[in-house]
Amino acid sequence: MTSLWPRIEPLLARVTKPARYIGGELGARQPDHRPDGVAWLLLYPDTYEIGLPNQGLQILYEILNERPDAAAERAYAPWTDMEAEMRGAGVPLFSLETFRPAADFDVLAFNLSAELTYTNVLNLVDLAGLPVRAGERRDGQPFVLAGGHCAFNPEPLADFVDAFVLGDGEEVVGEITEVLHRAKAEGRARVEVLQRLAAVAGVYVPQLYEACFEGGRLTGVVPRAGAPDRVEKRVIGDLGAWPYPKQQLVPLVEVVHDRLNVEVFRGCTRGCRFCQAGMITRPVRERPAEQVDDMVKRGLARTGYDEVALTSLSTADFSGIESAVSSVINDPECSGQVSVSLPSLRVDAFTVGIAAEIQKVRRTGLTFAPEGGTWRMRQVINKLIREEDLYAAVDAAFAQGWRRVKLYFLIGLPTETDEDVLGIVRLARDCVEIGRRHHSSVTVTASVGGFVPKPQTPFQWFGQNPPHELQRKVNLLKDAARGVRGLTLRWHDPAATTAEGLVSRGDRRMGAVIEHVWRAGGTFQEWSEQFDLGLWSAAMEAAGLTFEDVVFRHRDAEEVLAWDHLSAGLHRDFLWQDWQDALAQHGLEDCRWTPCYDCGACTGLGVEHVVASALPPAGGSQGTGQDLSRAGAVPVRLVEARA
Amino acid sequence: MRLRVRFAKLGRVRWTSHRDVARMWERALRRGGLPVAYTEGFSPRPQLSFGLALPTGCESTAEYLDVSLRDDVDPGTFAGLLSPLLPEGVDVRAAAVLAPGTPSLQEVVDGCAWDVDVPDVDVDVLAAAVARALASPSLPVERERKGRRQVDDVRSALLALEAHPAAHGRGSRLVAEVSTRPRGVRPAELAAALGLELGAARRTCQWIERDGARLEPLEVPDEPLAPALGRAS
Repeated sequence: MTSLWPRIEPLLARVTKPARYIGGELGARQPDHRPDGVAWLLLYPDTYEIGLPNQGLQILYEILNERPDAAAERAYAPWTDMEAEMRGAGVPLFSLETFRPAADFDVLAFNLSAELTYTNVLNLVDLAGLPVRAGERRDGQPFVLAGGHCAFNPEPLADFVDAFVLGDGEEVVGEITEVLHRAKAEGRARVEVLQRLAAVAGVYVPQLYEACFEGGRLTGVVPRAGAPDRVEKRVIGDLGAWPYPKQQLVPLVEVVHDRLNVEVFRGCTRGCRFCQAGMITRPVRERPAEQVDDMVKRGLARTGYDEVALTSLSTADFSGIESAVSSVINDPECSGQVSVSLPSLRVDAFTVGIAAEIQKVRRTGLTFAPEGGTWRMRQVINKLIREEDLYAAVDAAFAQGWRRVKLYFLIGLPTETDEDVLGIVRLARDCVEIGRRHHSSVTVTASVGGFVPKPQTPFQWFGQNPPHELQRKVNLLKDAARGVRGLTLRWHDPAATTAEGLVSRGDRRMGAVIEHVWRAGGTFQEWSEQFDLGLWSAAMEAAGLTFEDVVFRHRDAEEVLAWDHLSAGLHRDFLWQDWQDALAQHGLEDCRWTPCYDCGACTGLGVEHVVASALPPAGGSQGTGQDLSRAGAVPVRLVEARA
Repeated sequence: MRLRVRFAKLGRVRWTSHRDVARMWERALRRGGLPVAYTEGFSPRPQLSFGLALPTGCESTAEYLDVSLRDDVDPGTFAGLLSPLLPEGVDVRAAAVLAPGTPSLQEVVDGCAWDVDVPDVDVDVLAAAVARALASPSLPVERERKGRRQVDDVRSALLALEAHPAAHGRGSRLVAEVSTRPRGVRPAELAAALGLELGAARRTCQWIERDGARLEPLEVPDEPLAPALGRAS
């Protein structure tokens, strides 16, 4: 197998940040490619700096490389300057470990974390020298696989991807490897391999399904050739059995989240209705606290990082949070030089107390996410933070010495009124006032994103706000924030929010749109300097589709949704009821500490919440006034001690 | 105590930046559990001090770094411990204890030498370009600085230029000695001054000039470096 390095290196002098293309990270493997083994190229369809830290990709990289029948390498999207050099010199997409051509692998496996990277998926398949359309790829060419959160509505990419994997990848990558390994040995035709892949639980092979339409509306996605009617996501029951990554990659160049990351639990039952991650990753599975300690200690010693992030969807809810934090800050080897970060803070004073303890060094800013500007709005979205909780948290933060506080909000939420929108500025202004009681100069940043309804959530039926409406709301905020000293307002481009909405809930017809945008040069649409709504509008028109129909329109209970044949474990009835509860401004308590709502995630998948304690952690009610005395009556499995 | 370290940066890692190299060192020192001194204050950083920045894409066998340590460490132990903890291509070549009060690299380094591949140019063509450059009273070179175009005369910084046959294969090789004051001349600027396309560049030494002798920045004061090339100015 030939290395492309001698042809790659001459290009590097002419591109920005050339070290993104040289590999050489601490923890990178030099895999042994056996001719009968299955060679995986794991891809993240954005730049190296964004893609390298992705923990899902790194976990699968290690698990695959531990198998005797598999070898895994990595690639990321070359920036536009490098792509032009590669195309000019006839250099195809290559792996960063052995610099072999992407087309020499058996599998190209994409992590899908953001919808606007989809045009990059096509571009990478094309840069590999392969047909972008799955139906045009032939025997002997790699299979294109995709997984990650966006795979829960795979239809927009159905024309291009051979198989999608739903849910946790830890186990299923092994099963896929076995299928491909056997098929390779037996010399099976591509279509036979696809059928075998479709028989693996959690694997969706879109070529084996037909998307049926009537009168411009989807009527169903129907299986052919014995593929299952419905594909259920995969779930690992015990996170403690998968202490990965064991050898987190340490890049030579600066990347986002450039620190040690240790996942403390997976899943979330807070039930925020806008949050796809919280819905599709249920149930909660905690990592044993002593395993967290061990991963942190070993990870810091091995990597030399001076920062560790305890990651999850709401880390302050981790039963072992206090022990995990104190074991780092009381470790004499870390004394004063290692900082701990909690990327998703809960809004309460308890959380601020922990944050104060761990951020004795390099204290930057604290971020809270009330998401909605009024209590009414927050009941609709089920982010049940009371004003007094936010103010107490912010007061604690300023009292502990922070000068900068950042608040995340969404606009364009269901039932939103202008009063709800203006509530954002009111809350932020009150936070500035609170800060002034402690310091003469404080900064409160209100960061406002446009809401994009996501598949497999209660808001999947909601018609997204059009860009002019989002812009009007941004203008309301700008006017209200004008002249407020200490308040900074930031907002996301409503045009990008609109394009994201297209791909988020689009059906199979969106494939033509994505291909059109890609062929018109629309790569890196996540990047504001590259994003162009004009490309998307032209593509929609060419496909005979409207934004109104795909994005802005409310769906009713009967409508077939493009992802109805795929399941994240949640019953459609539960989601619809939760949508009705939202419209009625009715909040729902966290099911970890209350009786089950039968959302379907635990019962349907035969798993349970795995927590170290049936008692909620301090501050666990998140200020909702939720009665937690019922704890213990809940069907949780207590996590087993494991080193 | 302070240690001065000489290290090499060779191979693929040459595509990393000066800042990247600083981060590699910080992490390697922590991995080695060495008692590095930290700055005081709000955002403590390890006390490392690098000399001349090496342009991204260039190799070097003569990079220098000063490290402040809280406790004494034997320089030989330090060098042996660190190399395996640094990325492939970054190797510690020597380490020595600095006498208290030794000025920083930035203050004392006066010049450096480059060995540059000139892949598609015959040695006599290169020799002619060198002769032309050395005979010119001025060599204006345009560069971009903080987003703005600026023209600098690099002639006075060129201490010596020599054309050599390539070590292997076709083309030739340029050996250049440049002054680093008031600022270093980059290989890309050498190329512009010569009007040639240059290939891979490797820095081969840095020196401190004292009483006409060139001393290595590492404390070995009795041993001047290999004799200087014929002076050009």
